[in-house]
Amino acid sequence: MHSIFKAPLVALSASAVSAAAAFAGSHASNLSGELRIISDMSNPAPRAVMEGLAAEFDEMHPDLTVELEIVDREAWKTQIRNALSANPPDVVNWYAANRMLPYVNAGLFMDVSELWAEPDFEALASTKGAMTIDDKQWGVPYTYYQWGVYYRKDIFEELGLQEPGTWEEEVANCQAILDSGRKCYTIGTKFLWTAGGWFDYVNSRTNGYDFHMALARGEIEWTDDRVRQTFDNWRQLIDMGAFIDDHQTYSWQEALPFIVDGEATAYLMGNFAVAAMRDGGLDDTKLDFYQFPVINPDVDYAEDAPTDTFHIASGAQNVEAAKEFLRFVTSADVQTRINAGDALGQLPVNANSSIGDDKFVQQGFEMLSSNAGGGIMQFFDRDFPAEMASVGMEGLQEFMVFPDNLDDILARLEDARQRIY
Amino acid sequence: MRSEAATLERKSWYKRHEIAATPWLFLVPGILFFSIYVIIPIFQSFWISLHEWDGLGEKVWVGTANYERLLGGDRKFEVSFWNNVRWLILYLLAIPAGLFIALFLNQTVRGIRFYKSMFFFPFVLSQVVVGLVFSWFYLPNDGLFDVITGWFGIDIKGGVLGNPNTATYGIIAAGLWPQVAYCMILYLTGLNAVDPEQVEAARLDGAKGWKMLWYVILPQLKPATFIAFVVTIIGALRSFDFIAVMTNGGPFGSTRVLSFYMFEESLSEFGFRMGYGAAIAVVLFLLMLGFILYFLYSMWRDEREAR
Repeated sequence: MHSIFKAPLVALSASAVSAAAAFAGSHASNLSGELRIISDMSNPAPRAVMEGLAAEFDEMHPDLTVELEIVDREAWKTQIRNALSANPPDVVNWYAANRMLPYVNAGLFMDVSELWAEPDFEALASTKGAMTIDDKQWGVPYTYYQWGVYYRKDIFEELGLQEPGTWEEEVANCQAILDSGRKCYTIGTKFLWTAGGWFDYVNSRTNGYDFHMALARGEIEWTDDRVRQTFDNWRQLIDMGAFIDDHQTYSWQEALPFIVDGEATAYLMGNFAVAAMRDGGLDDTKLDFYQFPVINPDVDYAEDAPTDTFHIASGAQNVEAAKEFLRFVTSADVQTRINAGDALGQLPVNANSSIGDDKFVQQGFEMLSSNAGGGIMQFFDRDFPAEMASVGMEGLQEFMVFPDNLDDILARLEDARQRIY
Repeated sequence: MRSEAATLERKSWYKRHEIAATPWLFLVPGILFFSIYVIIPIFQSFWISLHEWDGLGEKVWVGTANYERLLGGDRKFEVSFWNNVRWLILYLLAIPAGLFIALFLNQTVRGIRFYKSMFFFPFVLSQVVVGLVFSWFYLPNDGLFDVITGWFGIDIKGGVLGNPNTATYGIIAAGLWPQVAYCMILYLTGLNAVDPEQVEAARLDGAKGWKMLWYVILPQLKPATFIAFVVTIIGALRSFDFIAVMTNGGPFGSTRVLSFYMFEESLSEFGFRMGYGAAIAVVLFLLMLGFILYFLYSMWRDEREAR
């Protein structure tokens, strides 16, 4: 039921993907047999992308049959265990960072370090860290997307506000918005993870990327004063009444009408929310994007940019074909095409790929490539170990509703930290 | 003589034990499946609960550590346990409510079948649908319930399901709706079996109203009451669906019950702590075992009296 649903909802046709298998000749291949892929790209646009990829790869290798099975994205989060342990396929979809850990520890993902040692993979260096556990790489990325503040440009103009660059400006803007009878931020915390996004940003802006990741690794106490500082900053907004009321009863989708109707002016979200907001009638004159502002000028920007990945199962039957498929999906050309505006509408990981001409994708790329010196976070529920993430996000939700319970919440999280790590 | 003895000897083992063996032969498939799917898993759960296990790798023996953590002040467990108690107590309201609706509907009026089926309707709906409808009903600001309480100047912060003090009661109320219908139908069939001669006789003796109900009707409804009690207790312990649909255990875990907590720990997206989940399952099993033993005892007692 936990809906950690950060995939794009873009319901566009993705016919472009299967266009011209142009570089089919570049790999003189003699792959044969069957390649079995299980994918979680079940939403309409990603599904078309995945089907296109499979068909194209099948065509490139005449002796190879590609068998693709697409599983519902939410269901896959619990099914992957069974799929990998009984009759494992060759290639599967999953997520980067700590979300890989249980499968790496259980020996269900294959070590693909030798792929990463190939010269072509240098173009993927930006995500190498997120794919590494125990100094080995366990999969390859195919797409990622930025997080940030999506806001109502028209309302900002009406109130004469600028995109804030600092926390003081952010708070001042928010006061002006509240004075005009609106809420500053919409959010739906029923499924908890949205609160994790806020914590990622406030904490990394307050204490920096390294501190945030050390906290994720369990090296810092939750009752630490620096963590309290994060919550103090966050609380400023909560005490102002910046967030919509009753957000604990809404999912992230149910929180969308507030920004679409103009009852709230901004939404801290992943880029996948853009499609839904556009469907709701917010065109580019009304909707814009800014990077989460600076809180502590001494720390560099760190950004949430979750990465989606492909892995080879350790029980794979056709390892050669699987590796070739991983090379295929990470190549600059393929990444350009699958992330284009009419396909996934997200960011390619390969540095040699080109970016779709969508306004938000462009801004996101600009931000991540030149203005995220602190580091790239994978998101609260991927950076923190699973149990810590679930206890943590519950505490964050409680904090957003009852900020006075902070001491109790932090004590509980610290208790969990000592047990889990 | 000789040949007769020989045939007796030649009779197979089965022929000689036919009377004793046949019932068991018929029971074998049932026993087999019941052991594989019910009995053995109970012991497996207990075994797993003594380990730390992510469901994939090696099990690590931890002895009673899971139970020590569970019973030694795990707040989630305490919240879940007390919510279970709330469910068990408040869910029993379905029995008197069902009885009174049944008494009310037990009359011959034009179209009574239609009214009966309308009252029974919620039980036909899937629990998921009931939960979803109630969660809309409870929505803050727009929900009908919030509008109604607004007339009386009552404002529940966060809506019924968003407020940790009211959320569990809100879900129980949603659960009661179909459960009352179920108890009602049990009592309606029970009322059909009430002996009219006894009612007649009681009336001649001057019994009416409450006295009639308490001393004449209710004792005859005892079998129906027993079944209603059993299904209601079981229903209260199966509250999982409502919670999953309406609040997903939230806000901040305040509506968890033991079964939901068990699911969260062992099978949900951030779960896969099989050992701890199994420990919760064992505790839940022991609680249910108490009820089951009570039911079995009273059934056994009734049967013995009937002889």
